[in-house]
Order: sequence, then structure tokens, then C-alpha cells
Amino acid sequence: MSEQERIQKQHTERSQSEVDEITVDATKSDALKAELDGLLDEIDSVLEENAEEFVRNYVQKGGE
Amino acid sequence: MSVPKILGIETEYGIHGGPESDPITASSLIVNAYAQRGRTRVRWDFIDESPGRDARGPMSAEQLAPAIEVHLANTVLTNGARLYVDHAHPEYSSPEVRTPREAVLYDQAGEEVMRRALIATNETLPPSLAVTLYKNNSDGKGNSYGTHENYLVERDVPFADIVRAMVPHFISRHIFAGAGKVGAETDEARGYGATFQTSARAEFFEEVVGLETTLKRPIINTRDEPHADAERFRRLHVINGDANMSPVATLVKLGSTSLLLAVLEAEGPESFPPMPQRAVSAFRALARDTSLTASVATDDGHWTALDYQWRLLDIAERFVASNGAPDVAPADEVREILNEWRSLLEALSTTPELAADRIDWVAKRRIVQGYQERYGLDPLDAKLRAIDLQYHDIRPDRSLAARVGLRQLFRPDGIAAAVHDAPRSTRAYFRGACVDRFPDAVVSANWDSLVFDVGQGPLRRIAMMDPLKGTAALTEGLLSRISTANELVVALTD
Repeated sequence: MSEQERIQKQHTERSQSEVDEITVDATKSDALKAELDGLLDEIDSVLEENAEEFVRNYVQKGGE
Repeated sequence: MSVPKILGIETEYGIHGGPESDPITASSLIVNAYAQRGRTRVRWDFIDESPGRDARGPMSAEQLAPAIEVHLANTVLTNGARLYVDHAHPEYSSPEVRTPREAVLYDQAGEEVMRRALIATNETLPPSLAVTLYKNNSDGKGNSYGTHENYLVERDVPFADIVRAMVPHFISRHIFAGAGKVGAETDEARGYGATFQTSARAEFFEEVVGLETTLKRPIINTRDEPHADAERFRRLHVINGDANMSPVATLVKLGSTSLLLAVLEAEGPESFPPMPQRAVSAFRALARDTSLTASVATDDGHWTALDYQWRLLDIAERFVASNGAPDVAPADEVREILNEWRSLLEALSTTPELAADRIDWVAKRRIVQGYQERYGLDPLDAKLRAIDLQYHDIRPDRSLAARVGLRQLFRPDGIAAAVHDAPRSTRAYFRGACVDRFPDAVVSANWDSLVFDVGQGPLRRIAMMDPLKGTAALTEGLLSRISTANELVVALTD
């Protein structure tokens, strides 16, 4: 293999691995997004129904 | 020289509901319901309580903190903890323990105590009066309540050195230990347009050093009540932290603080990063900055919260590398604390979301922002405030913290065991064992003594001034040999 070819091959390999990494990252980020979507669905199902009233009525006396 | 870093956490829970929506009544119901359900009728003994004692010197009358409400529900648990009504909140003060990991376990046991107390209380109330509890620190309307850490510190360390060394940590550790908060509750933070803060507590702090905990809250609290031999020890009462739902955040909050105190005891404050010129506004400003790029002025340039934390981690790592693990925890646990601390800072320095399984404010912001984007909400929308509040709801069917994937350190059965069993590593073992075995003979208890009524003669007080006496190793044998409280008192006093 000539010097030129070797450099080219290395370059191609590196590009290939970069693409792989990007693909992995994209998959991971999709998975994270899907997980967050699922989580937000679950929050919708357990969140206090009248948020306005719930938040307004939560009044504490100071402590400590 | 450093002393063993005995520590513990006190948590005031937010409370809602109950008869006439009165928080004192509801808090009393919580404490009494738990006491009646368990064998925990032992009352708290106030003989050595003096929260007005000031680490800076003699106290004057005007410095005295408000009197403690002695008439309110107040009890000692078999795990060595204190469960009581403090002001208008139910409070769980964990038993004193030897290591940060143990402190996390007993903090989580406290959550379980509150869950059980809540169930027992609500069984006695109509659904319209049901009580709810929140492990958080403010109501979103300017009212704050505390989560206090306590660390045993060598008496010889000058108080000014504690201030000098620890302020940089206390104004920056919220980047990994903050619980996060939607919005702002003070005019200043609102003026800056804060819509999300890393710390729920920072904006409530008004002084650098002081004795108060309810007004003009100081970053360094000077309450000097060691509950131990005051010649040898002081108790650093840290009031500036948030209540964490994440066990890893609690571990690193306690572990980093313990390690830095050990370095301070051994080497003095010289290697610590510079004090901010204006510590109070620095604390608040860093908490408002979720981009983690804000810096504060010091006599040695500008420092971001990350700058401070990387330097503090470096101090702790170098100390351990050259001296071995200090008396904060066994060597492997010290290694775990340093690794977790480093890992959190690495995530925060690159992609904070990577720490959403360990840092409460990052986990909370992720769901708040996700929800905001999904429904196109204003950043201060009531739904987002509801998410903030419900993150801290202790009921498993309502808690959002229980749903965001926080990494756990203990299994549920280990936490359940710690609800009943006292830690074996401190005098809390003896306190808990006596409350468990002789609930009728122990008239009252507090951090450093037990009072027995053995049915003959006067009440007998057993002093426990050394937190390292009364451990399982020192008292298990005696406790297995005796079968009555009288035998125990005779064995201890003869």
C-alpha cells in the first residue's frame, strides 16, 4: 500500500467511525427523547388536576 | 488534628391539609400517629437545649433564639432519631452517624417514617382533610423552612477559619446539591427575571455569619450546641442547603463538606479558594445562573461555581492522596465520595443533563423544560410550579422524583431496616436500643442522655456525652446480658 493509499484508508476509516459515533449519539438522543416523552405522559397522569389551585393553596409558615 | 466527622441531617417537611388547614395541628397528628403506631412513646428531654448559644462568644439576651415549643409533639424513635413538631412543620432529625453513606440511609429512613406517619394520619381523617407532605424547602411564596446538616468539628479550630474555608463551598456546592426551583420568591431574584434556580434556598440568605435561622438567615450559622463534650467538640450547624431527593446528591453534599472540614482541621484554611468579596450576593447570583458561567469577584480574580468546586475537589483529593482517608468514612467510601464528586463536576462542565440521574435541579429542570416545550407554556406557568412542588411529594403514587430515574444507593429493604434499627456506629445505637426494649422505663431522651424510671428511687439520668460511646461494639454485650431496665441502670451506675 502506498503512503497515499494508507493515508486515504486511515482517513476513510476515521470518517467511518465518526459516522458510527454520530449514529450512536443520534440513537441515544432519540432514546432520551422517547424516554422524556414517556415521562411527560406519566407526569400528565399523576399531576394534581387543578395546578393553579394546588400551587395557590400550598402556603407554609416559615420554619427552622 | 481532626476529629471523627459524626454527622446527621434534620429535615422540616412541608405540610398541607388537615383539620382547618392548620399546619401545627396537622404536624402534631403526623408525629402522634407515628408514635402511637410504633412503640415510641419516649418524650424528648430539653435539659441541654440552648439553641441561642453562639460560637462566637457569650450570648446576650437579645441574641436568644425563640423559646422551643415544649408542649408540642416530640418523640424519640427506635432508630435513634427524633420526630417532632418544629414551628409549623413535622421534623425528622436523623440519628447521629459515622459516615456520609450512613447519613444518606438515615435521611431516606426519615422519608419512610414520614410516609408511614402520613398513612396512619390519613386513616383517621376524612378524604377532604387528607394531609400531604413534601420534602422541600419553600412554598414558592417567600416562606422557607430548613434542611440542616450537622458535623462534629474539633473545638480548637478558630471559628473565623471555618468561615474563611467553608463559605466558598457553601455558596457553590448547590451546582450539584441544589434541589432546583421554578421561579423566584424575593424581590431581588424576581428583579433579575429568574425563572429557574439551582438552589431553592439561596435567595433566602441575608448574612454571611449569624445566629438566626428564621430571620436574616446566615450562610454560616453560629449555633454552638455540640450535644457532646464542649471542651473537645463544636457542632457545625449548616442551614444553607436544600432537601435532596437524590441519594447521590445527598452523599456528595455531606461527603464533600465532611472532607473539607477534615482538611481544615488538619491544615488550616490557607489552601482554600478565596472568599467572594460579597458572599451573600455571590451565593444568590450563582444559584440564579443555571448556565454555570456566572462568576463572582474575589481578591484573586473572578471565580465561577465550577471554578470553586474544581479547586475544592482538588484540595480534598490531594489531602487524601498524601494523608490517606481522614476520619470521615472508611477509605473505600472516601474514594466513592471523591469519584462521585468528580463525576458530577465533569458532567456539569460539559453536559449537565448527563447528571439528571444524580442532581435534583438537573432532573427537575429536564421535566419542567420538557413540559413547558410540549405545551408551549410560560416559564412560570402554574403547571410548572406544580411539577416543582410535586417533585418533592413523598407519596409514591404522586412523587415525581420517584419517576425521573434517580440513581439509588440503598435497596428498599435496607431503608426499611433503618426505620427501626439504630446505626451501630454511634451512641444512637444505645439510645435506640433502650427505646426499643424499655419504652416504659425510658421517661425521656435527648442527644446526650437518657432518663430512666425503674420504679424505685429517683429518676436516673444516664449521660452519653461522647458520641462514640454507646456504639453497638461497646454496648451490645451489656444489653444482651441484662433483661430489665433496672438491671441496665444498675450495671451502668455501679
